[in-house]
Amino acid sequence: MEDLRNIPRDKRQTKKKIRSKPIIVLSVFYIALFGSLLGYICNYAYSNKQELFNNSYNTRQQIILSQNYRGEILSRNGDVLAYTETDSDGTEKRVYPYGKEFAHVVGYSTNGKAGIEAMANYYLINTNIDLQDKVKYEAAGSKYPGDNVYTTLDVNLQEVAFNALSARKGAIVVTDPKTGEILAMVSKPDFDPNTIADEWESMIADTSPDAKLLNRVTQGVYPPGSTFKIVTALAYIKAHPDDYKNYRFSCNGRYNYDGNTISCYHGENHGAVDFTSSFAKSCNSSFANIGLSVDRETFDRALEDLLFNQELPLTINYSKSSAEYDAATSTGDIMQLSIGQGTTSVTPIHMNMITCAIANDGVLMKPYLVTSVKTETGKVVKSFSSEEYKRLMSSEEATILTEMMEEVVQSGTASKLKGLTYTAAGKTGSAEFNSGTSDSHAWFTGFAPADDPEICVTIIVENAGSGGSYAVPIAKRIFDAYFDA
Amino acid sequence: MEIYVTEISKYVITLLLFLYTLEAFLVFIRKTEEDRKGVYIRQIILMFAVQIACFVQILARTGKAQYAFFFAFQIIIFASVLTLFYLIYPEGNRLLINNSCMLLMIGMIILTRLSYDKAIKQFFIITASFVVGFFVPELIFRFNFLKKFTYVYAGAGIVAIGAVLILGAATHGSKISYTIAGITFQPSEFVKIVFLFFMAAALYKSESILELFLTSVIAAAHVIILVLSRDLGSALIFFVIYLALIYIATENIGYLAIGLSFGVLASVISYKLFTHIQVRVQAFLDPFSDIERTGYQISQSLFGISSGCWFGLGLYGGSPQSIPYVERDFIFSAIAEELGVLFAIFMALICVSTFIMLMVEGYYIRDKFYRLIITGVAVAYIFQTFLTIGGGAKFIPLTGVTLPLVSYGGTSVFVTVFMIMISEGVCMIRVDEEYELEERRRKRARQQRRLDRDQTYRKETYRQEDTGRDGRSQEYTKRQKTN
Repeated sequence: MEDLRNIPRDKRQTKKKIRSKPIIVLSVFYIALFGSLLGYICNYAYSNKQELFNNSYNTRQQIILSQNYRGEILSRNGDVLAYTETDSDGTEKRVYPYGKEFAHVVGYSTNGKAGIEAMANYYLINTNIDLQDKVKYEAAGSKYPGDNVYTTLDVNLQEVAFNALSARKGAIVVTDPKTGEILAMVSKPDFDPNTIADEWESMIADTSPDAKLLNRVTQGVYPPGSTFKIVTALAYIKAHPDDYKNYRFSCNGRYNYDGNTISCYHGENHGAVDFTSSFAKSCNSSFANIGLSVDRETFDRALEDLLFNQELPLTINYSKSSAEYDAATSTGDIMQLSIGQGTTSVTPIHMNMITCAIANDGVLMKPYLVTSVKTETGKVVKSFSSEEYKRLMSSEEATILTEMMEEVVQSGTASKLKGLTYTAAGKTGSAEFNSGTSDSHAWFTGFAPADDPEICVTIIVENAGSGGSYAVPIAKRIFDAYFDA
Repeated sequence: MEIYVTEISKYVITLLLFLYTLEAFLVFIRKTEEDRKGVYIRQIILMFAVQIACFVQILARTGKAQYAFFFAFQIIIFASVLTLFYLIYPEGNRLLINNSCMLLMIGMIILTRLSYDKAIKQFFIITASFVVGFFVPELIFRFNFLKKFTYVYAGAGIVAIGAVLILGAATHGSKISYTIAGITFQPSEFVKIVFLFFMAAALYKSESILELFLTSVIAAAHVIILVLSRDLGSALIFFVIYLALIYIATENIGYLAIGLSFGVLASVISYKLFTHIQVRVQAFLDPFSDIERTGYQISQSLFGISSGCWFGLGLYGGSPQSIPYVERDFIFSAIAEELGVLFAIFMALICVSTFIMLMVEGYYIRDKFYRLIITGVAVAYIFQTFLTIGGGAKFIPLTGVTLPLVSYGGTSVFVTVFMIMISEGVCMIRVDEEYELEERRRKRARQQRRLDRDQTYRKETYRQEDTGRDGRSQEYTKRQKTN
């Protein structure tokens, strides 16, 4: 006691408390705050690198381009699809050896960017060559070569598809359903990427519906027509899992319900049909009836499962498909929806993805174009592998739909694919795009071989007529080319 | 040849700074300043190694010989600061001075690259700050009466920032700085120190509700004036100093909660009232939608950070000039771009190391006034660092404050050096307290021994009685060792 009294007053007070909990609390708080901040910075800088780099307000692209020239774009077999040619005076020119053939998918890099040129811009203009190689280029007074981008594209299939579509407008996409690799992608009308810079002004001024620059595979929004019956059929199977086989309908070429009328293509009378033959013969009357016997909830779920009104797992620019079935949808609209008409719209790539999922046991693989990025000297910078996106339908549902699509070939609208060395499966469509006339886009979407699918083809030929007559023959040429090759 | 130098030096620079940062944290494992000597010496070697490696890169890229002289001067000044400090204040904390010099050096490197003229200006300011700053620890140590001027600090602070508000309103702007004879002043930076002293002086002796209330009113007046002057960053820093010191002084988390809820309420109200705050929040949420106007700065800052990769594009390899006000508000982004994201992260960790050291010193000092001063400095420093780095990286909305010691800006550098020097003074007081206690403990031990000798028969009883006090003094000895 005596000792304590000797200590001055203010010292005694402070002596009581020397440990301070708030200091520990605040220290821990700020250390945690910095931990999350720095973690965030690393993650943000790393995962948004390419997007930020490609932003047109980012001037760093110009810096890189003054040091490197764009790398090459190559096909799956190593054919060069795009390269940079440097003149003796240092002017660079982007050359596309296949000209119009790969116009949309490979794209262009002047006057903005499109296709793979845009998608893989970051890789094409950055370089990862070794230091000693850099020194060599430096000594030669040359720029560094940007990295080369290897794609999934198949020159042979692309050429066949390109020629098959000939002078018509439309789109073709060929994919591998098991991996999601895009083998060919054709859109017409087209342009020559070699001369695009010179033609740019006139192309921009052109307001005709040609829209040459538009990649119709991913951005062309079309009425799906009868190809949409795949969706309606799936909804019906979901609604009637046990007794869909017992479905019967008697077609007399038109179907009236609640004051709305649906006609079969060219008023054809299909007679007595069941579920599968309604699909194979593409009977509109029966499918309007099928659509009406699916409750809204189930139909809506089928639409959602098949990625309608949603973002698609694509890195290339695309348009969203739309198919509406909500409380406000009238009976007439439901009937139109069931046969893929009315306000329903879809892009060819989306239709292809649905078909791929059916071919791949219900599972959709992410469609992709770039397999790897390598330096000039062949060192792998980055490689991309096939990736599962998600299951769009059950394995059983995929099997049922495959059988129905086989029947389309065997006894239905795609009979031009019958009796070949391979068994194909698919669905045709003749989508009317002008109410009042019977003008239609010809659709086909399908795959082969039916029992172990290797390629999946989706075709639309604008304003051609019926899918069976105009789209199926193109599919045949592509299948032939693939299986003979 | 040039390419070898620039490419390889990128990795060397990052590695050197990594080692420095590592030492800046290893220091906490060693308990006494004596044991830490090795760390400090290694830090100083690494510091100059970073400086020289960056300088080599700058020379390789620019080939300008004038930079060589400039760097030589820098090395002389920083070497003198470090040596003189050690000689004059052997009792000071060397980590604080080392880290400060390291950050100042990084600032000088990036400023040299961004603008040679500004770098030279900054260099003079750094030199002047140290010349003045060297007196500060001694003054803090001597002038025990500093704790008595509570309301003088309050008055001075409010008058200073109030004048800025009124003058700013008169010129129809949101001016927060003034240029006199070529030197730019930002009064709110100076007032930050005065405010710290006000808070510490008001809180160290009393915790009565009434006085807390009065203190809160005065603090709120500061914050409101700053918000009205549109100096959002400073307003936030003042508010955070207030919150932290109230909490440390009262040890009552309830006050922190009340203060925080008031802060949230005030933020919501000012968001509703002021369009310039709404604009900043919008630019934070989606800078790219209005990239040409409000989102421009943040977008450019993000482009900079992301283009740097882990090891950066090398000095002169990027385009940090495309970020408006890069040398003040976005210096972190410039560093991330050219010296690499890793380098920038290590730099931020050095700031954290300084913060931890200040808090540790605050934890062990017994005099409450000085404890509040040093922890206030710590919180002000780390929070400002957080605001500027977080703002530029789109982690939080942008407030436009400088990165202490690194950013260009006379007032900012001067005030931060001043605050570090105040902290050094506080560290010396802490060491002194320990000497005093040690002395007292020895005295007591001597007395006790005498008592023991005289009253051997009472030995057992006495010890039992005395365990409490004796136990505490053992604790003191232990702490001194652990320090």
